[in-house]
Amino acid sequence: MKKIYPNAAAALDGLLHDGMFIAAGGFGLCGIPELLLDAIKDAGTKDLTFASNNAGVDDFGIGILLQTRQVKKMISSYVGENAEFMRQYLSGELELEFNPQGTLAERMRAGGCGIPGFYTKTGVGTVIADGKEHKDFNGETYIMEEGIFADLAIVKAWKADETGNLIFRKTARNFNPPAAMCGKTCVVEVEEIVPTGSLDPDKIHLPGIYVHRIIQGAHEKRIEQRTTRKREDA
Amino acid sequence: MPWDRNQMAARAAKELEDGMYVNLGIGIPTLVANYVGEKDITLQSENGMLGMGPFPIEGEEDADLINAGKQTITELNRTAYFDSATSFGMIRGGKIAAAILGAMEVAQNGDLANWMIPGKLVKGMGGAMDLVAGVGRVIVVMDHTNKHGDSKLLKECTLPLTGKGVVDRIITNLGVLDVVEGGLRIVETAEGVTEEELRAATDAKLV
Repeated sequence: MKKIYPNAAAALDGLLHDGMFIAAGGFGLCGIPELLLDAIKDAGTKDLTFASNNAGVDDFGIGILLQTRQVKKMISSYVGENAEFMRQYLSGELELEFNPQGTLAERMRAGGCGIPGFYTKTGVGTVIADGKEHKDFNGETYIMEEGIFADLAIVKAWKADETGNLIFRKTARNFNPPAAMCGKTCVVEVEEIVPTGSLDPDKIHLPGIYVHRIIQGAHEKRIEQRTTRKREDA
Repeated sequence: MPWDRNQMAARAAKELEDGMYVNLGIGIPTLVANYVGEKDITLQSENGMLGMGPFPIEGEEDADLINAGKQTITELNRTAYFDSATSFGMIRGGKIAAAILGAMEVAQNGDLANWMIPGKLVKGMGGAMDLVAGVGRVIVVMDHTNKHGDSKLLKECTLPLTGKGVVDRIITNLGVLDVVEGGLRIVETAEGVTEEELRAATDAKLV
């Protein structure tokens, strides 16, 4: 069981093909797989469909793959921070499927759990429900949403052991576990790979069974909205 | 005098009870946290946190610790972190007692529109549809009229909906209204605002 790779390009070797479906972790710019996105840009893989809550900003996150026109379609809940995204979307170059945020997270989780569809109240009576199966349970109406089964998951965690057990840090966990679960193959980038046995088994956030390849690297971890208060007000 | 933003937030804070888990939206709803006083309220941030603390002191920002508005925040001693599927599980599952959020339009049957204006740049619904469909109580805080002076409380929403029949209570600069059978019911008016003034500014049916 050799899961550790020397760098992002090596970890993605043999996994990328044009037209593929990738699930990516992250919320805004927090907890995004920045090294793997860079490597996909360098690989030049085209016509990609991404399930990702957001689309990054123009020069960071998935935004860098929009600059190079490698993305065909986004499945996202909120894409407001990205001018190039909007330009491509409005000109019809980019397809966009809006999913409510919780529906997107559950679609990933469900796919990873072998559940092809589930019913939710979210979006009933809105454009999201158009064309979807409606079903009543206990007098309330629900719509069916489908699980996501991605070709590849790209994920950012804080620490991994050599078997791929993962620990995330604070709100950088977000979409990373559900994204990891729904990928046929899951590649993870971490800030630190630690020896097997050094993580407390009771504190593992995502077991290594979901993780196929791991790289360690330095992360920029850009902050999107730096909000602070003055020390004297604290 | 109609209420200002802070007075609306203070009024909304009265809706919260000791021990509640609450999700606050962006804008005026965020200010509600300043007015909860001694009440023990736990704030949820839907990107994966219960027990959201204030903004960090300058120099102590952590890129791994943000709220749903992508702003840097801090943790408290009660804080718990979790993934997005778990986060929306507790929202969809009705574990969050209340959501306080802004709106573009509310209809007399509780329909809510707050995520898109056709023909304008659409950014997405984020977690709004999940929140209004799932939480125990949906409280809207917004101005009573738009910048053209038209009522935002309507017989029917004109904008695409975020949720159908989901709003429980509306707090505006003119007063407080509940969604009840057959229309909206005035609960109270802002100090110095008469019921006649509130009625005149309201397009929705008042019962």
